[in-house]
Amino acid sequence: MLRHSLIALTVLLCAACTSEAPVQTRRVLRWGGDAEGGAPFVEADPADPSRVRGFDVEVAGMIAKGLGTQPQFVQVAWASIPQSAERGDFELGMSGIEDSPELRERASLTIPYYEFREVLAVRPADKDRYKHLSDLAHHRVATLGSTQAYRILLDGQTKNGLIPVSYDDDVHPYADLISGRVDAVLLDNIIAERSLRRSGGFVIQDEPVAIGHYVAVLAKKNSALRDSVNDVLRARMRDGSLEKTLRAWNVWNDAEAQYFAKAAAEVRDTTTAVAQADRSVMSYIPSLVRAAAITLVLSFLAMGLAVLIGGCLAAGRVYGGPIVRGLFAAYVEVVRGTPVLLQLFVLYYGLSSVIRLPAFLAAVLGLGLNYAAYESEIYRSALEAIPRSQLEAARTLGLSELQIFRLVRAPQALRLALAPMTNDFVALLKDSSLVSVITVVELTKQTAIYATNVGSWVVPGLLCAALYLVFSLPLTRVARGLEAKWSHV
Amino acid sequence: MSTLTVRDLELNRGTRPILRGVNLDVDSGEVCAFMGVSGAGKSTLLRAIAALESISAGEITIGDAVLSPGPLPPESRLRELRRQVGFVFQTPSLFEHLSAIENVMLGPIHALRWPAERAKDVARRLLDSLGVAHRADAYPRQLSGGEAQRVAIARALAPDPTLLLMDEPTSALDPARRGALGESLRALAADGRGLLVSTHDAEFARRFADRVVVLDQGRIVEEGPASVVLTSPSHAATRTLLQGESSSPPKP
Repeated sequence: MLRHSLIALTVLLCAACTSEAPVQTRRVLRWGGDAEGGAPFVEADPADPSRVRGFDVEVAGMIAKGLGTQPQFVQVAWASIPQSAERGDFELGMSGIEDSPELRERASLTIPYYEFREVLAVRPADKDRYKHLSDLAHHRVATLGSTQAYRILLDGQTKNGLIPVSYDDDVHPYADLISGRVDAVLLDNIIAERSLRRSGGFVIQDEPVAIGHYVAVLAKKNSALRDSVNDVLRARMRDGSLEKTLRAWNVWNDAEAQYFAKAAAEVRDTTTAVAQADRSVMSYIPSLVRAAAITLVLSFLAMGLAVLIGGCLAAGRVYGGPIVRGLFAAYVEVVRGTPVLLQLFVLYYGLSSVIRLPAFLAAVLGLGLNYAAYESEIYRSALEAIPRSQLEAARTLGLSELQIFRLVRAPQALRLALAPMTNDFVALLKDSSLVSVITVVELTKQTAIYATNVGSWVVPGLLCAALYLVFSLPLTRVARGLEAKWSHV
Repeated sequence: MSTLTVRDLELNRGTRPILRGVNLDVDSGEVCAFMGVSGAGKSTLLRAIAALESISAGEITIGDAVLSPGPLPPESRLRELRRQVGFVFQTPSLFEHLSAIENVMLGPIHALRWPAERAKDVARRLLDSLGVAHRADAYPRQLSGGEAQRVAIARALAPDPTLLLMDEPTSALDPARRGALGESLRALAADGRGLLVSTHDAEFARRFADRVVVLDQGRIVEEGPASVVLTSPSHAATRTLLQGESSSPPKP
């Protein structure tokens, strides 16, 4: 009976889907963008935060109108826009998507609707020193990860010896430029100008490092829709409405006028200014291995710190007076009760006005201080698990408190703590991926960069997983072996 | 000559009196059994003598060491007492991460700073005299209850104390083992040690103790040679203890 109604329900649902789907695609054009990118691209409307505004929003509107449909916004993380389009989450992806040969290979791209310049921002005092990337050998240059600018910087790393620093957002590179953590920022002129208006404190070099183009991205198979979108875009270039929008958002300039004149006239095959390196799997392995080494070193240092501080916290909570116990308990509760991501942000950005920690040190400290709270709980319960009568027996033998701790309590507690400690270390190894938010490029971040480049998570994902397992499996084995050796059964 | 003197001992937990006006002497070469129902204060008295619990009034003297009312003195001022007093807990409480012989050697090496060789010789001799030499390298979890207890006795004896305190040593042993334990205690007393043994096994006390002290609700209510106290008890608490013995089913 139940089964019959289920089948009936399924049939009904399917019917509903198939009858409605074509109607929806005819009437609505879903377009994906990232409102976190902010103005002038896409931002939440201050007047009505449930809506978005920006020049990308208006261009999307124009395209939808030209196709006889209603635009519908879909929020998606910027780096995932092309893959999300390929998956069919929406038809059109826009939000300052950069044209590139790799992307062109795996997706359908429209003609560019905007030509931007990669510009170098430096502190005013350095205006005459750092004019080109070649002036920045051994200096840290910041940008947004997974962008054309980042690829230019990687290129500059080999050519000019500069040090690329990748961020997950486009605000902190400029903040860190002003505070001196980095010496230059390479990003799109739109982003640079926006930051200059907002905060000031730096100058933008006139001469662009490279030229790039914003395009809309569609699924590979959607090339027919892409051609229609191109027709709409060319028409709006010719009739001046695109120019009007760009002017309204303050991103119009002479270079744009020249580009429009050219683009509207021809069916143009765009190329980017950056030369592309060989993108085979092998070429990514050195950078993945390097990132894996960072993950490993970071994890070991952070765990060492966590064990040290955790041991002190546990000893304080077991042996200390009421004030020490209360303070240490408060530390443990606060640290365990708040996200490690937040703690990393506070440590790196929040404290930067007081103390400017280098990113790697901040990462070690952040993870170490966080895990110390968990370790201390493990040690505390392990110490408390040693029977009181054993400790009293040790006292009647004339051992001092310190000797009892060193010879009786700690060695047995360590054995009890070993299994949970191993678990924690494996967890820390994986949690170390969080430090990419404070610009440390470790294994997961490098994998994401790689995946964005090749447009697939399959090979990079498998490689990355294999590397994590190579680290964690032997560790678990060693811990099991020690446990077996110590069990005395 | 008495190795232990307890005078007018009072011990309160909060406002609850646990021991009230206890006077007790244990001579060297003597096995003193003190008996009482559970909760009579037997364990607390042993713990007070071993300076594991602070006393509220009175005085405890062991050789040159004196315990007075107030908080327990720091371990550095208890060295003399620790050297004189050995304690065997009701559960063996062996250090689980050390082998039997390492358990016995720990105190001499680290508290008395003996060279390892000497500690090892003494430990081996003690384990041998208690019949567990063949288990010297076994870990506590691998020992039977009786073996673990004998290792615990060896551990308490290693620093060569003048007074040995034992809390309910017979509770986990079968009758044959009780006999063997009793013989060991006699041998230890014959070496000139004082032994203070808490038990509620009247048969054990009758066979192996020189003297019996009966504790009831924190007071000593009867005291005398084992043969006298346990054959013609004068106090109701003693009679209760002996009744419990006769009414319990015959032991296997």
